[in-house]
Amino acid sequence: MIDVENLTKWYGRVLAVDRISFHVDKGQVVGFLGPNGAGKSTTLKMLTCFLPATSGKVTVAGHDVLSDSLAVRRQMGYMPENVPLYPEMRVGEYLMFRAALRDIGRRKRRSAVENVAERCWLSKPENVMRRRLGELSRGYKQRVGLAEVLLHSPAVLVLDEPTIGLDPAQIRSMRELIRQLADEHTVILSSHILAEVEQTCDQLIIIAAGQIAATGSPTELRQRVVGPSRIIAEVAGNDVDVLRQSAASIGGVNDVTAESRDGWVRLTISHGPKEDLRAKVAQWAASNDHQLRELRREVGSLEDFFVQITYQQNLQGPQRMGA
Amino acid sequence: MRKAIVLARREMAGYFFSPLAYVIGAGFLAFSAGVFFFGFRLLGIPAIFQSGNEATLRPLFEMMAYSMIVAGPLLTMRLISDEYRSGTIETLMTAPVTDTEVVVGKFLGVMCFYIALLACTGVFVALLAAFGELDVGVAVTGYLGMVLLGAAYISVGLFTSTMTRYQLVSAIVGIGILAAFVAVMYMLVSYAPQPLDLIASKLNAMTYFKDFSRGMIDTRGVIYFLSATALLLFLSVKTLESKRWR
Repeated sequence: MIDVENLTKWYGRVLAVDRISFHVDKGQVVGFLGPNGAGKSTTLKMLTCFLPATSGKVTVAGHDVLSDSLAVRRQMGYMPENVPLYPEMRVGEYLMFRAALRDIGRRKRRSAVENVAERCWLSKPENVMRRRLGELSRGYKQRVGLAEVLLHSPAVLVLDEPTIGLDPAQIRSMRELIRQLADEHTVILSSHILAEVEQTCDQLIIIAAGQIAATGSPTELRQRVVGPSRIIAEVAGNDVDVLRQSAASIGGVNDVTAESRDGWVRLTISHGPKEDLRAKVAQWAASNDHQLRELRREVGSLEDFFVQITYQQNLQGPQRMGA
Repeated sequence: MRKAIVLARREMAGYFFSPLAYVIGAGFLAFSAGVFFFGFRLLGIPAIFQSGNEATLRPLFEMMAYSMIVAGPLLTMRLISDEYRSGTIETLMTAPVTDTEVVVGKFLGVMCFYIALLACTGVFVALLAAFGELDVGVAVTGYLGMVLLGAAYISVGLFTSTMTRYQLVSAIVGIGILAAFVAVMYMLVSYAPQPLDLIASKLNAMTYFKDFSRGMIDTRGVIYFLSATALLLFLSVKTLESKRWR
């Protein structure tokens, strides 16, 4: 559906996007992750025909974004970061205006607007459609922005930070909506809220300093976290050192740290990457008559992966021409 | 060009909502009223609406034309500059509309507001008709001239608006350009050596307008204003296009 080949963008002397290539299949939900300034928004702007690339090629549904720009724009709905709107227009007016710009015929316009309003929680309370865009809260503006991109049922949806600035309840509803949209559209969204991207996306593309640091599904990426997993156990007792040495003697344990907590000792047991020592720890506690009140395993999280990967990229920093 | 009309309608609605547009409109009308009732002593123009004075609309039209040098860019300064500023240029340019449709739409929207303003000055014509002898020919050609001149001046303002995100810069540069074409050209005609004074005389907007205000329709004037409008709208489209490449 979307093919990006060696996409590059120079802003004057700063290289914002450095030879990015990726492919998005029809019906996928792809998440763009990256620290601020990584080039996510710039990449999305090049996809949506807003910015021309310095070099490289982008094809959407077979149309090139530079030579066949109108065809691409007809198939695409783009919601920029911070949802820019005309403050003096009313919600209903604005949606009708955008519907007209999108070539939706006069007769179908009203019903199209009503449908998207319904879907994006704009139809109740009743007066939302009559309110001016400048008066709306962040959450409502985002809903209007989303309603606008859905008007013409485009094949591709590009959402730049769709949940930024929303409260947790709104983020949850937005996430639900994006999941529903995935059935009918190809969705590309950018974010730096990992939790939400993990849950909604089929594929993740992590960008840092203008280059792709990693791609893959969330589960794949989680497995690539470098570093062993750990087991946390809390046993009754006051002898921190004794307990620590005792735990260190469990087969397969690399290292144990212990800290005292109000009559209990918290042991952090690190072990090799492929093992799961929980059963052995439970057995050790039982055979040594230690009261065990917590036993859990910490696996590498996507956040760890993100930080590791982007840290390496950021060390290099953005390239500058002539440097 | 259907979309240009959609854009024009939206722009027009924006103008009727915006307080700034009303202020500029009111200023323009107040100035015209001042000329009509009291004259403009600085330039030696006598009041029109006074018993004993000549019942002609010519000075009124001329002063309105001069005031458009300021009013035009002030009206158009927010057209594209505002879109750059608020970021709505992104949603506009990623919709399936061409740059040409955007420029034409904006132009038509402003022109509609401007024509509504001109229609308000009809009250002066009516007063003159009621209390004096109105020369209908002068009135008609005068308004035609105002529309043509307005189109040219407004397209200058639209052009300067595409160049910057700062409304004030757009207005000032627009006023500067228009002042150049009126005042500077006038100076050049009087004081510059050949052939500069000849070129200047061909480019002075007011000489062309004066024919219209006297009741003549000179095709040279029509061509001057229409081609200026076309040129500046074309430049606006190109500037809009080029902004993407930065």
